[in-house]
Formats: sequence, C-alpha cells, structure tokens
Amino acid sequence: MANSRTFWVALAMILALLAPLPAFAVNPDEVLSNPMLEQRARNLSAQLRCMVCQNQSIDDSNAELARDLRVLVRERLANGDTDEQVIDYVVSRYGEFVLLKPRLSAKTIILWATPVLLLLVGAIAILVFVRTRPSQRAVAALTTEEQARIEELLKK
Amino acid sequence: MIIEIGHYALVLALATALVVSVLPVVGARRGDAAMMALAPTGSLVLFALVAFSFGVLTWAYVVSDFSVANVWENSHSLMPVIYKYSGVWGNHEGSMLLWLLILVFFSTLVAVFGRNLPDTLRANVLAVQAWISTAFLFFILLTSNPFLRLDPAPAEGQDLNPVLQDLGLAVHPPLLYLGYVGFSVCFSFAVAALMEGRIDAAWARWVRPWTLAAWTFLTAGIAMGSYWAYYELGWGGWWFWDPVENASFMPWLAGTALLHSALVMEKREALKIWTVLLAIMTFSLSLLGTFLVRSGVLTSVHSFATDPTRGIFILCILGIFIGGAFVLFAWRAPMLKAGGIFAPISREGALVLNNLILTVATATVLTGTLYPLVLETLTGEKISVGAPFFNMTFGLLMLPLLVAVPFGPVLAWKRGDLLGALQRLYVFAGLALAAGLIFFYIQNGGPVLAIFGLVLGFWGMIGAFADLWYRGNFAKVGLSVGLRRLAGLPRSVFGTAIAHFGLGVTVLGIFAATTFGTETVVEMKQGASVDVGGYSLTYDGLRDAVGPNYTEQRGHFAVSRGGVQVADVWSSKRLYTARRMPTTEAGILTFGLSQLYVSLGDAMESGGMVVRIWWKPFILCIWGGALVMMVGGFVSLSDRRLRVGAPSRKAKPVKATLEAAE
Repeated sequence: MANSRTFWVALAMILALLAPLPAFAVNPDEVLSNPMLEQRARNLSAQLRCMVCQNQSIDDSNAELARDLRVLVRERLANGDTDEQVIDYVVSRYGEFVLLKPRLSAKTIILWATPVLLLLVGAIAILVFVRTRPSQRAVAALTTEEQARIEELLKK
Repeated sequence: MIIEIGHYALVLALATALVVSVLPVVGARRGDAAMMALAPTGSLVLFALVAFSFGVLTWAYVVSDFSVANVWENSHSLMPVIYKYSGVWGNHEGSMLLWLLILVFFSTLVAVFGRNLPDTLRANVLAVQAWISTAFLFFILLTSNPFLRLDPAPAEGQDLNPVLQDLGLAVHPPLLYLGYVGFSVCFSFAVAALMEGRIDAAWARWVRPWTLAAWTFLTAGIAMGSYWAYYELGWGGWWFWDPVENASFMPWLAGTALLHSALVMEKREALKIWTVLLAIMTFSLSLLGTFLVRSGVLTSVHSFATDPTRGIFILCILGIFIGGAFVLFAWRAPMLKAGGIFAPISREGALVLNNLILTVATATVLTGTLYPLVLETLTGEKISVGAPFFNMTFGLLMLPLLVAVPFGPVLAWKRGDLLGALQRLYVFAGLALAAGLIFFYIQNGGPVLAIFGLVLGFWGMIGAFADLWYRGNFAKVGLSVGLRRLAGLPRSVFGTAIAHFGLGVTVLGIFAATTFGTETVVEMKQGASVDVGGYSLTYDGLRDAVGPNYTEQRGHFAVSRGGVQVADVWSSKRLYTARRMPTTEAGILTFGLSQLYVSLGDAMESGGMVVRIWWKPFILCIWGGALVMMVGGFVSLSDRRLRVGAPSRKAKPVKATLEAAE
C-alpha cells in the first residue's frame, strides 16, 4: 500500500472522478503473472482505443483486434518497455487515433486549452463585473412604479 | 384507414402550429386580446392533434399492423406487449414523434397553468413554442414520416433491436425527453422576454419551476440510461463518456447552472442577462443533442439511426433556432436593465462560482465531443477523445465545486462572511472526515487516497444539512423548537438540502465502487468455485432456455457466504432469433447497496467458460443519489412560491401559511 506505484494509481483514480468501474474484456489466458506489470497493462489498455469498435477501449472490447493489441501491450511490457515506450510504439503503428486521451500537440491545443482558458476568462470577467458594478449603482435601474409592481408580485 | 387519419392529424397540427406561431405575436404587438387568446386555445388543439397521431402509431404497434413500414421494421408479433408500446419510440420516426408530443405537452401546460402570466408574455411564449413545433412537424412530415405504408403488407415484422427490448430502455427515452424538451419552455420564456425587451424577478419566478421540472426529469432520464448501460451492455461500467451520453449530459450541466442562476435572479435581480443567455444555451444543447443522436453523425453504441438528409434538416433547425436566438440576444440583451449588486463573498458569489464551473465543464464536454468531428472535417485527421480525457478534465473541474457546495447555502445574500461560514461548517467537515475514516476502516483499507474521495462524498452529504441546522438554530433552542422553526421554512430550502445530499451520495458511490471494487476473470468448469467480495460462487453449468422471441444459454451460479448458500444468480447469453443478434444478460445480485455482477464470456476449448465477476460495493449509491436529487427537485417544486403559475390569487398564500404553521 505504501508503494509509490500504488499511490500514483490511486491518485489517478481519485482524480478520475467519474472513472468507469473496471469493466474488462481481458481473458484469463492473457493475464501476466507479474501483478505489477499486469496493472500497468490494464492502465495502458484503458487509454487505447479498440480500432474496430465504437468508443470502446481495448480493455473493454472483446473484438479480435483489441485482443491482439492487449497481447502486444503485454509483450512490450514484459520486454521491459516503459509505459511511454509502449504508447509510442502503438501510436507509431496505429496513429494518434488509437489514443483515447489525445496528446498535446498543435492540432489538439484547442481541445486542451478550452477548459483552462474558459476558466481564466470567466474568472476575470466575473472579477471585473463585481468590481465595476458599484459605480453603476447610481443609475436607477427601475422606476419606483416598476419596483412597486415587482414587490407586489414577489409578496404574493 | 386509421393510419391515414393519424398522418392527416399531423398535417392539421402543422397548420395549427403555423397559426399559433404568427397570430399571437402580432396580437401581442398590437395589444389585440382576441389574437393573443388564440395562443392557449391553439396550443391545446395542437396537443390534441399530435396526441391523436401518436395514439394511432401506438395502436398500429399494439395490433402489429405490418402494413405500416415503421411497425414492420421495428416490431414482431411475438414481442411482449410492453415492448410493443415502447417500440413506438425505439426507432427514429417514432422517437421524433414522441419528442414532438412532449414539446406540445409542455406548451399545453404553459397554456393551462400560465393563466397568471401577463397576456403578452403568455402569447409570445406559446408562439415561440409553436415555432419549434412547426420546425419539428416539418421535419417529421418531410423526412421521418412514421405512417408510410407497405404494399403488399408483410406477414411478420423484423423485430425491435434486442438491445432495446428492456424495461429500462422502455422508460428511458420518455424521461429523457421530458427533461430535454422541458428546457424548451425556458428557451421560449427567454426569447419572449427578449422580444418584449423587459425582464424582472417575476420572470425568473415563472421560469424557475419549468427549469426545475425539466431538470428533475433529465436527472431521472440520465440516471436511468446509466443504470441501463450498466446492466444491459454487460461490461459493468456505468458511464462511458459516449457522445450520446454526453449529448444528454450537456443540457443537464447547463440546466443545473440555469437552476442556480435563476435563483439569484429571482432573489436578488442580479445576473439577468446571464440567466437569459443560459436559458437559450441550455435548450440549444438539447437541440444539439437531438441533432447528434438523430442525424447519425456519431456512430456509437447507442446509435440506431443514420440518414444524412435528416442530419442536414436538423442542422438547419439547429442553425435557425440557436443562431436566431443569439442574434436576438445580441440585439436586445443590452436593453435589459442591470440588477442588484453583491460582494464576491456572498450567496450570489457562490452561485456565480457554481455557474462558472458548470459552464466550463459543459464547454469541456462539448469540445471533447465535437472536436474529433470538427478536426476530421477540417483537416481529415482522425483523433479520439474518450473516457480518459473526460475523466481528467471534468474530474478536476468538479473537485472545487464539490468542496464548495456546502458553503453556498450558509453564506448570506449580498455580503457574506467566509470566516463565519468556515466556523459554521467546521463541525460538519469534522463529521465528514470521521465518517470517511470509519468507512475506510470498515472496508479494511485500500488506496490511501480513497479516504479523500470518501470524505468528499460525506462532506456533500453531511454539509447539505448545515443550512437546516443553523436555520432551525438547534444548538440554542433545542430539538422541538428547532423542528418547529424548520416547519415554517419554505420547501425550497429542504429541496436544496435534499438535492445536495443526493449529490454527496452519488459522489460517495462513485468513489466507493471505484476504489473498493474488485474484478475477477476466471475460466470455470462445472462445479468450480471462486471467491469474490466475501462471497463464494459455484458454477453449476449452462442450460438452454427459450424466451418469447429469443433462445438463451443460462449459466447458473450458487452464491454462498461462510459455507451457507444465500442466493442463486443466472447470467445468460441470448440470441434474438428474428435478427440473429446475440446479447449478454448479466446476472446481478444486490446485497444492501452493493452488487455482485456476473457476466459470461466465451466458451473455452477445454470445456470451461470464461466468467467475469465484479464486486461493486455501494454501487447503488450512484443512482440512489440521483434519485435523491430528483426527490429534492420535486420537494422544491412543491414550494408554494413556485407552484406552477406562481404569483396567484390572494387567498391561497394565506391558507398555505396557516397549513405550514400548524
């Protein structure tokens, strides 16, 4: 439990707030005997798209091609590849399309920047709005008549 | 003959919708009461016509009239009767007719319950509703007519897609549409307000119950769909960030934001322009969702309709309504007068933070869903945006929101006191921490950071009641006086607490099931046993069985605990005969809030079966929380201030106050 690998896996799970439950199509004969390596294989598989399926990772799919890719990932891991090397290798064979979480690049910059920029722009806009509002207070927003009408409506 | 009458009713409905689209607006301009009065009457007629037409299609399904192409394609005489009914909307044409039916149903509700609305506002709102009805009537009549005949009539139908032959999916679309389409009322109110160029707190009060009702149904629809995916797809997952799921999730996120901003507008007259914009955006996302699902532009697990001409038609509807609304907004919004002011730390401030995060989350889901489509169209390059992307971005955005939720209700309007709020909440935070630690201990540990998720869930659950605790002033006045004080509070306060509590329950379920769940994949031969989640499952072999329109192989498992048999579970692989389509029916056993999920894999050459068994502790909290949120929605909806048609006759509130005091 104190192991740092488990720690990072756990961290990833916590951050992945809506992470689907483990739902795997892995068959018993594919499983690696080393549990550490198997865990890494599972994590990698969840990030790789089953190329012949619709929105399924190779971990979820029972398609033949997904199985081949799962076995391939495990072979590379067993040969001592790092996670990055495995991903690079799979991408070199199948293209960026295989990654369910696209890497940051010129063509994905808008995708990744949207949440960050929007959050910043929104926060700044709100601050500006809150700061500048008091000065506009002087302008009477509603006539007293309108105000009375609303009060009356709200009271009911 | 009756089929043709059903078809003709739709044509009449189109004529009616055109009348209601135009004349009441002219009437509202000229102050012509007779023309404005056409709106409610016309809306009722419209509803009657569409309901009749829908009834005709349903009848064709129930009696298995295979001379109707739509029935032939999606039904079978041997299908259970319940699926003959749900088959009506289990296909493109029928589901569009259901969409329309619910749209005109909402118009009728506005017509009936909106008697207290100013005449011009009601006329305009109903006219805008009729514009939408007109667009969808054209769509159905021109591209998706469910009443086309076949000659000669086939003797037997082609059966409904087996995946849809399920009780969960039978009720899922109507619930989802009640939510989706319910936001049309908010849209129509926003557009009507822009047309009139005025908007006030009373407007927000009229809009809020509709938002609340639509939101409540959408919550139910999404939860239902998620549970359906969980047990029907056989992968044990409950949320896949599938584009079709995202299509319903985006209006929900935006609708949640709308619910909160309308509150600020009603109470403090602030955020007017933003609320109007949000109302437009929420229904735009509903329309976008309809486009994504119905056009077949995304092909995904749920998708069962593909036809490009329809896609282009819906895209036009989308362009006209969204584009038109935004142009109107840009033109008229500056005329709306600004409202109340507030300090950054205040109830309004907290609700603005809620809106900021929810809006950014909506935009993130939207970008992620559309990005691959847009990129491929523009550059021809293909990329995937799947669960790992959404989990990371959406998850990170939700963390601060979940931490902030309990703060909102304890902050004062206009100018709040963060230190005071912290002082009020620290006991609740302590309780949440203790509950999380105890839970972790009972589960015999796990990843240390799971504690964080558990505490977050409990924080949401326990913190939800902080507001009630201080409003009742239980610490000072004791239980009975405190309870009496609570009895005098408006129901919306309880609605808020219940809904926030439900959110906490869902969060707890997500973390508990994710971090403490186990998965076992084994090859089992008859008589073999396997231990999962403290239970022992013994495989008792496969048996053949025959259903009304399918054959199946059922695997039987005896479940025991401590050597004593406690239950049986059957998990099967089905083959629907008409379509030669296989499905897996997972075996699910419920123990309290936890579930044992058994799914059959392939038969191995050695004679064994691959069996996947998951132990999913507290998984039911995920949907249970959504159910609680819905209850919160209904409780809030029953608040007398919000009862549909809010500002009502004078006698009523007095009576209600007396009731509350008793």
